[in-house]
Amino acid sequence: MTMRTPLSRVRGFGSARSGTDHFWRQRLTAIANVPLTLGGVILMISLTGRTFPGVRQILGSPLIAVLMLLFVLSITFHMKIGMQVIIEDYVHEEKQKLTLLVLNTFYAVAIGLACAYAILKLSFGV
Amino acid sequence: MAETKAPAQRPLSPHLQIYRPMLTMMMSIVHRITGAALYFGTIILAWWLLAAAAGQNAYGVFEGFATSWFGRIVLFGYTWALLHHMLGGIRHFIWDLGYGFGPEEREWLVLANLVGSITLTVLLWLFFAMLGMR
Repeated sequence: MTMRTPLSRVRGFGSARSGTDHFWRQRLTAIANVPLTLGGVILMISLTGRTFPGVRQILGSPLIAVLMLLFVLSITFHMKIGMQVIIEDYVHEEKQKLTLLVLNTFYAVAIGLACAYAILKLSFGV
Repeated sequence: MAETKAPAQRPLSPHLQIYRPMLTMMMSIVHRITGAALYFGTIILAWWLLAAAAGQNAYGVFEGFATSWFGRIVLFGYTWALLHHMLGGIRHFIWDLGYGFGPEEREWLVLANLVGSITLTVLLWLFFAMLGMR
């Protein structure tokens, strides 16, 4: 039988080594976001005023479509983590917090999937 | 047995209203606000892509929004928030790597962030306006 308290046991184990997971992922997606965002903004501006078939053709071309897929996946992942931090910072009531965290994940996944679906549909032309 | 007393209402850590506003602090808040704005602004990106995928009519509705005064103001704000958050991210990379913490350097960094994002947004929209006049 051990006389150690649970707290002491946990301290003995040290950290779980996963505390920097979000910190790291947030920076990883941020690094990807910089060139992808610049590319995305330039693309959007160059597409304004073009005819509908022209826009479809450019958005559906392989290089642009792959870059746009990377762009939307990277930003939706990044914004999901970012909003989670905001929620955890300001919402302390447990049920409210959990509800918002769930909604946050749903929203980010829905936006990411909707964008990805649209890009794929433009690429495959169905 | 001693009665259990409810924990005293002690002050928590000092928050924003305690401090004199400083540029670094304001820009930290702006970084978070632009991030939250972009979070919801991504709906516009999804709308644009889905409209292009859906067909001519849906794309026409999006274009109607994008070229209206209200739409232009929203998109201008979106562009600024995006560029500001991006430059703010680069500022955070510099800080993450351990540079730019001196009293003058950090002030310079946040000022460059603000001036840079406004300048870039205006330049991009001027370019966009010139494209429209072709």
